[in-house]
Amino acid sequence: MNIRIDGVEYPATKDRNLLETCLGLGLNLPYFCWHPAMGSVGACRQCAVLQYPDEEAEQAGRGKLVMACMTPVSDGARFSLETAQARRFRQGIIESLMINHPHDCPVCAEGGECHLQDMTVMVGHRDRRYRGRKRTFRNQYLGPLVHHEMNRCITCYRCTRFYRDYAGGTDLAAQGCHDHIFFGRHEDGVLESEFAGNLVEVCPTGVFTDKHLVHDYTRKWDLQSAPSVCAGCAVGCNTLPGERYGRLKRVHNRFNAEINGYFLCDRGRFGATWVNDERRLDYPGLRGEDGRYNAIDHHGALQRIVSSVERGAVAAVGSPRASVEANFLLRLLAGPARFCPGFSAVEQPLVGEALALLRASRATVPDIATMETADAILVLGEDVSNTAPRIALALRQGVRNRAYAMAAGLKLQDWQDAAIRNLAQDQRCPLFIAATAATRLDPVAARSLRLATPEIARLGLRVADALAGDNSNDYSHDNSHDNPDDHSVHREAAAIADGLRDAKRLLVVSGTGSGDIAVMQAAARVAEAFRDTGREAMLSLVVPEANSLGQALLCEGNGSPDLDALAASAEAGEIDTLLVLENDLYRRAATDQVDRLLANCQRVIALDQLDNPTTSASHLAVPAASVIESEGTLVSLEGRAQRCFPVFPPHAERHPAWVWLLATLKELGREAVSDWHHFDDVTRGCAAAIPALAGIAAAAPDHRFRNHGVRVPRQPPRYSGRTAMRANVSVHEPKQPEDEESPLAFSMEGLNRDQPAALLSYVWAPGWNSNQGLHRFQADVGGPLKGGPAGIRLLRANGGATPLPRHATAAFAVEADEVLLVPRYRIFGSEALSAISPGIRELVRPACIELCAADAERLGLADGDGVQVGDNAAALPLRIDDAMAPGCAGYTAGYRETAGLAPNTRQRLRRVAHFSPPGPTVIGSDRGGRHG
Amino acid sequence: MSELIPALSADELAAIDAEIAHAPYRDAVAVDALKIVQRHRGWVSDESLKAIARHLTMSADELEGVATFYNLIYRHPVGEKVILLCNSVSCWIKGCETLRARCREGLGIDYGQTTADKRYTLLPVTCLGACDKAPVLMLGDVLLENVNPAGLMATLGASGEEGT
Repeated sequence: MNIRIDGVEYPATKDRNLLETCLGLGLNLPYFCWHPAMGSVGACRQCAVLQYPDEEAEQAGRGKLVMACMTPVSDGARFSLETAQARRFRQGIIESLMINHPHDCPVCAEGGECHLQDMTVMVGHRDRRYRGRKRTFRNQYLGPLVHHEMNRCITCYRCTRFYRDYAGGTDLAAQGCHDHIFFGRHEDGVLESEFAGNLVEVCPTGVFTDKHLVHDYTRKWDLQSAPSVCAGCAVGCNTLPGERYGRLKRVHNRFNAEINGYFLCDRGRFGATWVNDERRLDYPGLRGEDGRYNAIDHHGALQRIVSSVERGAVAAVGSPRASVEANFLLRLLAGPARFCPGFSAVEQPLVGEALALLRASRATVPDIATMETADAILVLGEDVSNTAPRIALALRQGVRNRAYAMAAGLKLQDWQDAAIRNLAQDQRCPLFIAATAATRLDPVAARSLRLATPEIARLGLRVADALAGDNSNDYSHDNSHDNPDDHSVHREAAAIADGLRDAKRLLVVSGTGSGDIAVMQAAARVAEAFRDTGREAMLSLVVPEANSLGQALLCEGNGSPDLDALAASAEAGEIDTLLVLENDLYRRAATDQVDRLLANCQRVIALDQLDNPTTSASHLAVPAASVIESEGTLVSLEGRAQRCFPVFPPHAERHPAWVWLLATLKELGREAVSDWHHFDDVTRGCAAAIPALAGIAAAAPDHRFRNHGVRVPRQPPRYSGRTAMRANVSVHEPKQPEDEESPLAFSMEGLNRDQPAALLSYVWAPGWNSNQGLHRFQADVGGPLKGGPAGIRLLRANGGATPLPRHATAAFAVEADEVLLVPRYRIFGSEALSAISPGIRELVRPACIELCAADAERLGLADGDGVQVGDNAAALPLRIDDAMAPGCAGYTAGYRETAGLAPNTRQRLRRVAHFSPPGPTVIGSDRGGRHG
Repeated sequence: MSELIPALSADELAAIDAEIAHAPYRDAVAVDALKIVQRHRGWVSDESLKAIARHLTMSADELEGVATFYNLIYRHPVGEKVILLCNSVSCWIKGCETLRARCREGLGIDYGQTTADKRYTLLPVTCLGACDKAPVLMLGDVLLENVNPAGLMATLGASGEEGT
């Protein structure tokens, strides 16, 4: 198919609109309201072009103005972008938008990466004719993450289209009319959606900006950035952290067509600035007699690590948030039998089982983009909005496939957003959720059930049976038991199986978040049973941390000791030196247990970024570089190995953990590492030694790679002030740091174009300073990057070799004075590092126990009481929450106070006399002056 | 009449529920619900807005979007009678500015203001559909045509007395 634009023939693709087509051809056509992930609504009128009915009209220059974003391309269609009529119209639109837009670019956080600036320059609008007053608004306090400046608004409606239509938020709306349309909340308050931060990138100008960046500002062109991977959860979203003056300023989305696409969750976007925390370790600290730490240099630290290890009886605790390479080296150092992967004792078998099920299942293990193609979804026991939020956003898109199917029936194209939403209204693909409490996805679910964990597993098994047409566990058989709950589970299962009757692509989501292996097994069985009916099934199992699955792959099948086994070993006096890698053990087990473990070891050496209780209990604390400052491979929940690169060289004596560990191994004279000099050598060594990780070396090009003969720069072409930024120290510009470990440069020299996708270090193209310029890096507008996919899948869907396990689960019942303890995760708080990032820190609420009102009454407890769970030392405030399943007590997971609690155990709650609840930790400094 | 009553009255709820009975979705009656509450209370306070939103199971933010889109849904207290003065082209030609000036002099209020005795609120409106009888205004529910500036205060007064 061909179209003619300004007399030139271009190839075009059916089902695309003209705007996408033009951008894909590299033509500059300005736009505002269209977004590649959200389609067209034709609201802003900026992408006007002239369309000619035929050749004669084209010759005569007689055409009609059409909006390119609303115009489907058809073979032989004739358009003009350049004709004066279209250009004047587009200029007029910008001029009218600029009537109310303030002249505040110099103090605007969007300046330099503003789509409105780019478009204004593109149409050539320069002189202002309007002499009247501009309309002004009062801005709102929208929470500690997003800054609001409504005067800059150009009314493109992208914010509400993302926030409400795409992400399902309800507390941001367009208000008013005429020339005083206001995008905000009903009243000041924290934006409720966990995807609110995307407004920063979705807004084409500076209405919504990153509050952290606003307060610690650097222009995009002065930011140094490198491809990184979010360490906030196991999804593995691709990020572009930006640095200046040795501080992390902000995190932007790094497009990956298969994973995060254009959007991140707020934990990912705002949860990395902990790397600037003043509690970061700068120098190795050796604990003296008085318990204080004395700084030593890296030679001294290395000598002490080496001499400790040489004395023998070494054990090590790795970390599911540290890179594959660091864990691998630590395992090499301690030996596989003395290497604990660093999960909690409860979590270790769960993650192991998740991996085993992904291997055994014949269902597809989907990436995020594939999840969005599901036409039916079943979520079993995993609260993805809190444990893997980007998946929750994908599920919200998945349920819209019903709308697309209806649209196809009317020959509407997928990008015709307003028409499709209008057509479908509330009609969605079936989403079934079984959880121990309400979830934020409930509003788009066909059915959301609140069940105790064992009931969720039973429900899953019964759905699988129903799909398989296996009636051996039929309702009639259970009649004899006469258990009313059982009837309801059976009935619900039958209803779900019935709801899946017309589905062609089922996605089953579960994970370690329920704390129960049986739930994951049931999920795998549902996927398997669905697949056995000849349809496509997908199975996604969420694991807790950025490299949980990598850790499971590293330790697969060789019986690595868990934390309990390590504690027993220490108790028996078998551990002289314990090495702890990037892991605060006090979040993995009860405080007294960890105290005992550490006390039973003669020497504890902790390698970590931040001062925490574990480093404080160590004899030698060694500063490690963070994920933002070091190279490493992380394996996501779908088994995708992805490489992150240091954005800036770490300060002082902070070194990447792999550097410390490789140096130790070399000092020890270990044969295996004698030829290893680079990060890539470690990666290759790991790939060779661990068959399950054989693919990791291909996650990104190695350090010898050159892009058309040169490196890929971390600094954009207009990076400024290199001589000035250290002028308070010396006016002589120091040599830029060399990067011997990666193909990237700490410099603006090089070529940021046509590189493999894993090496995209910033998004900028001539005329496209904002992130909207991404289409210049895409092979297809809105589609994959030109450089191919980033990362490599380590798990290939085959499975079927080992039969899926099936454990009978007893019906759930609690004694009169008991509750079933179930984990409750929070997007802000359950992940330790993001929780101390400024901004997010203000949103973290103290850990608590949640009960429904009926259970609280049964147990004689009231809201606000302090309760002790079993013999867990910490007293926690009780919150009455009718969103909890009956019989279940939710405990906030991932907090130190709850580290000793075991999920899905029956417990008694004891009321604590004289309990004073922990106060809210409000740190916000800008609340007082929010109206200013 | 414009007391801040957080809960909706039985009458209001009955009227809103009657609308819901023949609507596809609860939030489809948002405009009607706002009108019902405004009829009872004269205007829609933040508290009323939240109460309506709760009843329609929609967010206050979304309902605010609806309420503020329509300029005849009052989100501020208004007087007993609202004077909607047309300032569209015909009425402008025929001297609506004089009427506005008369209001300023006679009642001491301009657009968007309410008299101290809370009897009148003056608002501009864009066309009342009676251009052939310009200038026109609406006083409460009554359309006044060919309004004579000289007699405006008398008309208002008479009407006001009628109303009391």
